[in-house]
Amino acid sequence: MRREVVVETRDLSMRFGGVSANENVNFRLFAGELRCLIGPNGAGKSTFFKCLTGQLKPSAGQVVIRDVETTGFDPHQIAQLGVGIKTQIPNVFDGLTVEENVWLACRRWNDARRARVICAQTLERVKLGDLRTRAVGALAHGQRQWVELAMVIAADPWLVLLDEPAAGMTDEETRFTAELIREINRTASLIIVEHDMNFIRAIAKKVTVFYRGSILIEDTMDAISADPVVRDVYLGHKH
Amino acid sequence: MKLKRDIVGLVVIAIIGLVVMFGAPHVLQLFTIINLTTAIGLALLALSLGLVWGYGGILCFGQTAFFGMGAYAYAICAQNFGQTSGAVIIAIGAGATFAAMLGYFMFFGRISEVYLGVITLTVTLILFNLLRRTSGPEYKIGSALLGGFNGTNAPPLQVPWDAQLMLFPQQLFYVSMGALLLCYFGCVWLIRSQFGQVCVAIRENEVRAELLGYDARLYKLGLFSIGGGIAAVGGVLVANGIGRVTPDLFNLTYAAQAIIWVIVGGRGTLLGPVLGAFGVFWLTSWLGTQSYFNSNMVLGLVLILFVLLLPRGLVPAIGSIAKVSQQRTVSRRDRMRSRRRVARFETSGATDAT
Repeated sequence: MRREVVVETRDLSMRFGGVSANENVNFRLFAGELRCLIGPNGAGKSTFFKCLTGQLKPSAGQVVIRDVETTGFDPHQIAQLGVGIKTQIPNVFDGLTVEENVWLACRRWNDARRARVICAQTLERVKLGDLRTRAVGALAHGQRQWVELAMVIAADPWLVLLDEPAAGMTDEETRFTAELIREINRTASLIIVEHDMNFIRAIAKKVTVFYRGSILIEDTMDAISADPVVRDVYLGHKH
Repeated sequence: MKLKRDIVGLVVIAIIGLVVMFGAPHVLQLFTIINLTTAIGLALLALSLGLVWGYGGILCFGQTAFFGMGAYAYAICAQNFGQTSGAVIIAIGAGATFAAMLGYFMFFGRISEVYLGVITLTVTLILFNLLRRTSGPEYKIGSALLGGFNGTNAPPLQVPWDAQLMLFPQQLFYVSMGALLLCYFGCVWLIRSQFGQVCVAIRENEVRAELLGYDARLYKLGLFSIGGGIAAVGGVLVANGIGRVTPDLFNLTYAAQAIIWVIVGGRGTLLGPVLGAFGVFWLTSWLGTQSYFNSNMVLGLVLILFVLLLPRGLVPAIGSIAKVSQQRTVSRRDRMRSRRRVARFETSGATDAT
């Protein structure tokens, strides 16, 4: 049996004036997959991510999520399909408490009583229960990232798009985040944009490498680490 | 615990409001009561701005557009209909609808915050200039002459069931105060509802709210329209308090003062803007009775002092002072308790030794 394609882009291009950030990207994600997007700075990963989440409207090409063509959708419309999104810079409600943040995510899809239950469960899952009454603006960077992850999980999405979920975290925090992501993967497909190679090794099954706005190669992390072209454009600079 | 204190606070506000409502006409002079009706109208303007700016993050520099719109709609309809109940409903509808129309273009056009301020201010000034130029006999709606610079007559409110019975100034005061309390507690309820919580979330981070699946544009539009309706209620009361509506209701002075009331009283609260409006109104009329200082200079000074010393406004500042003193009493109580415990321990230790 062939696996279902849950995200597909067809000849997706994004241009800013004369600069082409994405050029004819043909990308496919299958159900249940956990896919990492990597690539050197300016390779077009984040632009591609923003086209998927509706934060940018592609110049050409199509985005299809399950059977819905979402090209030109607004972020809230994509979220309404059951897609959980975490952006690169933590987008949280700084003036509200941890609990209020997560509650707002729960309440969107559930009635008041269920929202409270799910909210409490989610806070336990990300181990933020002790901080529930603290204002998110006053938390450490890693904790803010988890609040945002909690908001993503709370809506019980079937597809999760994460942009640099481990950015700026300590090793231990990164480990816990990797654990969380593996847990999310049990019920949802994931696309993760990431820089941290160790983090990717810890979670990734299949990796897509972006280079100059297009997909260079798609393979397992081991194969990609061994690939001479990838080493040249990206990993090579690291060693 | 927090919820309990909130409820106690609201009950206190309600009691004070009711005492003022039913007590003031017996204590104060008629002239003051009539002036207070106008002040209540302005307080409603402040409340509406406090709602959209403080809770929706929408810096509307021209909240007076909906305020003046409500006042004019009331005056024109009341003159045409010969009765005022319908006029009040149309006035509120006019304020809310106009806000909804303007808001639609601003929010669905994704206009940034600065431009939103500029556009709303421009709209109110356009209305100001437009109505100033309507002085000829050809400018009339139904039987109501718009009257240009001098404005037009605003008939006083009547008893809903009898168009012959006009309200006396005292009764008008009851109605005004009732309207203020109703709008205030309506706003309190609104910001505690799910709708209000989402509006606050959008104020905090619009991108995140959208990524959670909330359509920020619709929520902002809803809040803005409600704000427009409340401002229109204020307009109706001011029209009643003054007895006329003039283009001045749209002018820069009121538009800027509304912002000042919210800043002085405290942005992000509902009580603050109302108290700010009353305070500044009282200060302006008091300054008008003396001739030592230029009243505008004093007002400017007050604003500068507030921005420098109490940037969050009066009500939040009082709130934090109350919190600190409460914490101090709690910690003092704890210290006393532990001291007593130590003393008890020492005496029991002493008895053990013997």
